[in-house]
Amino acid sequence: MAKKLPRKVLLIGSGGIKVAEAAEFDYSGSQALQALRDLKIKSIVMNPNIATVQTSYTMADSVYILPISFEYIKRVILAEKPDALLCGFGGQTALTAGLELWDSGFLKANGVEFVGTNPSGIRKALARADFQRLMRKEKIPVPPSFGVKNAEEGIKAANSLGFPVICRVSFNLGGRGSFVAYNMEEFKDSINKAFAQSGTGEALVEKYLNGWKELEYEVMRDIDGNSAIIACLENIDPMGIHTGESVVVAPAQTLDNHIYQRMRSVAIRVADAIGLVGECNVQFALDPNSYDFYVIETNPRMSRSSALASKVTGYPIAYVATKLALGFRMHELSNEISNSTSAYFEPSLDYIAIKIPRWDIQKFERVDQSLSSEMKSIGEVMGIGRNFEEAMQKAVRMLDIGEHGIVSVNSKITSIKRNDALDALRNRKPYWFLYAAQAFIEGASIDEVEGVTGINRFFISKIYGIVKDYINFKGASASEKRVMLNYMLRKGFSEAQLKCEMESEKPKRIDTLAGEWHSNTNYMYLTKNADSCESDFGDIQGKKVLVLGAGCFRIGVSVEFDYATTIIGSIAKSRGYSVATLNCNPETVSTDWNRSDMLFFDQLSAKSINSISKSTNIKDVIIFAGGQIGNNIASELSRNGMRIIGSDSRSIAMAEDRESFSRITDELGIKEPEWQKVTSIKDAIAFAERIKYPVLIRPSFVLSGSSMGVANNESKLIERISKIENIYKKKPIVISKFIKNAEEADMDCAADGNAAIGIPMFHIEKAGIHSGDSTMMIFPSDSEEMKPRIRVLQEMKDDVIKLVKRLNIKGPFNLQFALKDNNAYVIELNLRASRSMPFSSKGSGFELMEYAMHGSISQFDWKGFYEPRIKAYGVKSPQFSWAQMKGAYPALGPEMHSTGEVAAFDSNIKAALLKSWLSVQPNRLPLNAALIYGNNADIIGNEMRRWNDGLHLYSLDSSVDGLKDGAKKLSINDAIKMIKINAIDAVFTDGDMPEYDYGIRRACADFNVPIVLDSDLGTELSKSLGATTEAYELRHYR
Amino acid sequence: MLLKLFIDLMSLSRKDTAYLVLEDGLVFEGYYFGHKGLANGEVVFTTAMNGYVESLSDPSYKGQILAMTHPLIGNYGVPKIIREKGILKNFESGNIQASGLVLGEITDGHEWNSEKTLDEWLREERIPGIAGIDTRALTLHIREHGSMPGVITNNKDAKGFDDYEKINFMKSVSVKKPIFYDNEGPTLAVIDYGMKEGILDCLHSMGYSIARMPYDSSEKKVFSYDPVGIVLSNGPGNPLLLKKETETVSNLLEHGIPTLGICLGHQLIAMSQGMEIHKMRFGHRAINKGVIDLRNGRCMVTTHNHGYAVAGDIPKHVKISHISLDDKTIEGIRIDSLNAISVQFHPEARPGPNDGFRVFEEFDSMVKNSTRSRKAGKLTLHG
Repeated sequence: MAKKLPRKVLLIGSGGIKVAEAAEFDYSGSQALQALRDLKIKSIVMNPNIATVQTSYTMADSVYILPISFEYIKRVILAEKPDALLCGFGGQTALTAGLELWDSGFLKANGVEFVGTNPSGIRKALARADFQRLMRKEKIPVPPSFGVKNAEEGIKAANSLGFPVICRVSFNLGGRGSFVAYNMEEFKDSINKAFAQSGTGEALVEKYLNGWKELEYEVMRDIDGNSAIIACLENIDPMGIHTGESVVVAPAQTLDNHIYQRMRSVAIRVADAIGLVGECNVQFALDPNSYDFYVIETNPRMSRSSALASKVTGYPIAYVATKLALGFRMHELSNEISNSTSAYFEPSLDYIAIKIPRWDIQKFERVDQSLSSEMKSIGEVMGIGRNFEEAMQKAVRMLDIGEHGIVSVNSKITSIKRNDALDALRNRKPYWFLYAAQAFIEGASIDEVEGVTGINRFFISKIYGIVKDYINFKGASASEKRVMLNYMLRKGFSEAQLKCEMESEKPKRIDTLAGEWHSNTNYMYLTKNADSCESDFGDIQGKKVLVLGAGCFRIGVSVEFDYATTIIGSIAKSRGYSVATLNCNPETVSTDWNRSDMLFFDQLSAKSINSISKSTNIKDVIIFAGGQIGNNIASELSRNGMRIIGSDSRSIAMAEDRESFSRITDELGIKEPEWQKVTSIKDAIAFAERIKYPVLIRPSFVLSGSSMGVANNESKLIERISKIENIYKKKPIVISKFIKNAEEADMDCAADGNAAIGIPMFHIEKAGIHSGDSTMMIFPSDSEEMKPRIRVLQEMKDDVIKLVKRLNIKGPFNLQFALKDNNAYVIELNLRASRSMPFSSKGSGFELMEYAMHGSISQFDWKGFYEPRIKAYGVKSPQFSWAQMKGAYPALGPEMHSTGEVAAFDSNIKAALLKSWLSVQPNRLPLNAALIYGNNADIIGNEMRRWNDGLHLYSLDSSVDGLKDGAKKLSINDAIKMIKINAIDAVFTDGDMPEYDYGIRRACADFNVPIVLDSDLGTELSKSLGATTEAYELRHYR
Repeated sequence: MLLKLFIDLMSLSRKDTAYLVLEDGLVFEGYYFGHKGLANGEVVFTTAMNGYVESLSDPSYKGQILAMTHPLIGNYGVPKIIREKGILKNFESGNIQASGLVLGEITDGHEWNSEKTLDEWLREERIPGIAGIDTRALTLHIREHGSMPGVITNNKDAKGFDDYEKINFMKSVSVKKPIFYDNEGPTLAVIDYGMKEGILDCLHSMGYSIARMPYDSSEKKVFSYDPVGIVLSNGPGNPLLLKKETETVSNLLEHGIPTLGICLGHQLIAMSQGMEIHKMRFGHRAINKGVIDLRNGRCMVTTHNHGYAVAGDIPKHVKISHISLDDKTIEGIRIDSLNAISVQFHPEARPGPNDGFRVFEEFDSMVKNSTRSRKAGKLTLHG
């Protein structure tokens, strides 16, 4: 260690979770902060993503919940005076911000060092044309391509390369704006969009290597140029499918030593060429029929794949990369997992890890349902096993999409015929393996499936083998089945598939060294393919608890539940428990083996918990942190003899069952919108007529409003129900009165069975918009905003206490209300941690998880309801990924569509709202013109004028409500044209009218123009545009 | 949905049960692949995740039953042998050298360049394999109790284990008589103690002509080729049995010709200088090991395959050039007075990373700088 370490480091986060920039950056940022703490360096983290672990004080010394923008970073630097900046741990968002700061000279002027790979190296890696030039100079093979600066040049390039071509955009994320074109028509369509989304207005048109293998090498390199490959990930999907959309296996399975090592050496030469200090991934395309390969790209920062590689191997890439950035050499660091060997080595895996993405595309109407070079998936899981079949089938179950393995049980798949299954494969439908299995069942050959998918025969044969075994088993006699059973279980089939009881699985250790050295790592997975049990956790004395994580992220389940899981783990530790964590999601902090005493990377099922309990003697389990998944298995856990810390399974069942819950609210005199459980459309119509439309429809046991909807009339009601019945045959449907124009409020609470602490939050959008898509506000207890709500707040608090006592609630819960005419109507009780708890906890300074733990195992020292005194205003805004959801219609409703959230705090509501809204990408203040139509258009228009009278205001020349005076009317087509060239740079709209304004909303999404989708939010926001904002540390607001 | 397509009901039941029986009594049950016969050898494991073609054909595995810790092996089949100018490009020798193979799962993978499956190759070569084994459990057992004799058999009570440490494998792995590989450059004498073709390939690629000599070649015979440098190859077995070879090495070194020792060759050099050799508990067999060059601080990831190591007191004239980053064991020495360098790891890799090639480069510059090679005067070597 030759260099002097910095004293204080600023780390930039990645902002709200969006497709392609998700919780993996919370993980890498958290590891970076951990490394700083271990080196006794003060850390400052800046991230508006309130739900992250990194913005808690468990790892950072100072936290700034602010937009990641030039202006705000400058303010933080001036206030904190750090001497170094880390921008390689917050995705492309942080890296772009860091480069901008560097270019401006601001860092230099303020004595802030840009640590890690230097900016010129990063630029060489990111600007596609520069990268290709550099590679050619170094004699590293890159695909034939042309860098282009506009559409015309692009067309020329495509012509000379010949189709198909792939167009890649510089500085992009999740392949946004990149596309594959098979002919000129397709190419012209997409090239304009691509230019709209490039930060630099530069793109690369490249020969499309259809069907080639795709591989990623994760390279670590120190300032002396010592390099090692931490993992090589093989994409099972061939080139053309974005890595984030691919099923990925590690270690690489189909490479022989010769080509593996040749590409390894080239990966290191790429890292050398850009002067990497830290970590990068190098992506390769490899001809399946020769040793020809090309380098496709490199990300000179922690990425999704480096997070995955960390979890695949157990090697803490971000942690080590942080130390390398600060000037350490690799060989000066030790392998944290073995604690006895050096950090300079290449992990060896004695298991197979398979990552499968999770898509929620079906939640988005009109969206393009095919996978491509753009990322659409929203979460991922990683199955670990001792063979391919076990890892793969476990991963399929982890997705939590109702499947028990590769052979589908979903009638939408099992009903399709051979050719349709092959078509689905050809069209790259999500979860291709389910269609491949179905195609085999329907008689397709390995050749055919290989032909339509382009997936390597090795993997296709494995899928075929699974189907073959399954069919053989199903057709076998009882005695034959007994012979086969063990084999089937070893191939990863589940009890549900085989209709059998199976013995416990056994834990095996992940140690980066394939067992060669003794290691005390606590990182385990469960397998049926084990002779012996490797866990010695059974020997741990004293209190032990298992914390259940959130599993696969999806719409409605994201980093906030990982926050709860991680935080409850450290709280349990501080209360003397040895903590085991169970989770299956590689992009999380909770699956960092550093966080718990024992980590089980496996399925979230009662069966796994049983296996873990057997090998560790753990009986206590915390299920409330990870979200709904724990509640769904609560009663099974109880039956298995596990003790649930928090509300017990009976309380959970009473709360989750609509009928029993309503009986209880009636009995307690708690108001509730009128409702009824129905099992037929006829009953639904009759009930809706009685209580009068609009009505709300929803199935039981749901999160994030799956299949929820409002119906204003009979035909809509019928349409909605028929949609639900496909999915929830056995579960009842609930029809309830929809209270129009009600204010929606949330109360985040923790209780001890008698008393509770609660933090009230109010939504800007009216009831009817899913709470996850709403803008939530916290007010200071004595504020003007609170005054008119005091009476109804009292009713809310009373309801909370009544429910706590009646249901014996212990631990965290969330109660949702519709407020109308000073009446509080309870609309939902979630007996678990809620999405908003990181916000309510961090905003109030009262960590609800701490109270949840206390209430679960002890008593509070107060009676009744405790309302913490809140000092500042807080606003939480949803982050959407409309741009990535190609073709989707941006609109709000009872079904959730946002992928993440951000927040801001300030001393007045306007400033807090403005800052929070600006934290959402791609929001920015309009400079040119705003298009305003829908409800409240006049109010919004007037406020905009008051804020900036130089702004052009437009409305639409149609019957929809628009601006009455002073605004120019535009045709829809003209409006779209102006949006595309950013001549309109803000759009305010309302409601749900795709037949009318689909083109406008889509243009906003595709061309990065901020769009406000609700008139109440539009009104409040327009009043706030001129607010003066603060940029204080989070503690200031407590 | 039950189709006639899947008629080979319960193909698994057709598999023949096999056992891996260890000398200490531990028995693993699995199923046979390859040749369904008896394999006898020292049971060792490698943590290399691929490269099974190179490993199995590596003469250093002679007399050993090789277990691979990665559970899926065979995924890319076995290629056709490529031979250029007499040198094998993709195999380390013409045959399987290990006496048996232990796997989690044998796969019948097939890539564009494969000629047969791994199973077929073992059958052709009459080498037994056993799969369906918890190779991690086996690995941990060996790690704790050391490498030990074992058999692959259909008899779980099998007895009669070969004593690996007492067997001299030289005859069975070395060439019978010298082979000359012509090239534009001057000649290196390579003494074949069970040499991997990769060493030949690396040296030849640098322009040298090569005289590949039997393990028992005399000093005189070696010098009959007027070599500009001498390379002592890798090889199997207990180096302590090689008294005569050590003596020859000692004499060769006295000439001061640039000499490179690799693995066993390294141990012979060390022994010839009075250093001690220890049997390691379970050896180092991997392709992921960090080694640092103490002279310049440069690190490399290297291939290891050795069950014995140089240890003990270091004579004054011997300098340690490389050590393992993991356990600080000696990985390379340099004897300036004798113009010799040697490394415990495999700079030729195969399987493994190419980082170690710089050892050949160092040797190359030693040769270039030496008087003899300057006299030879017709070197066209790359720098």
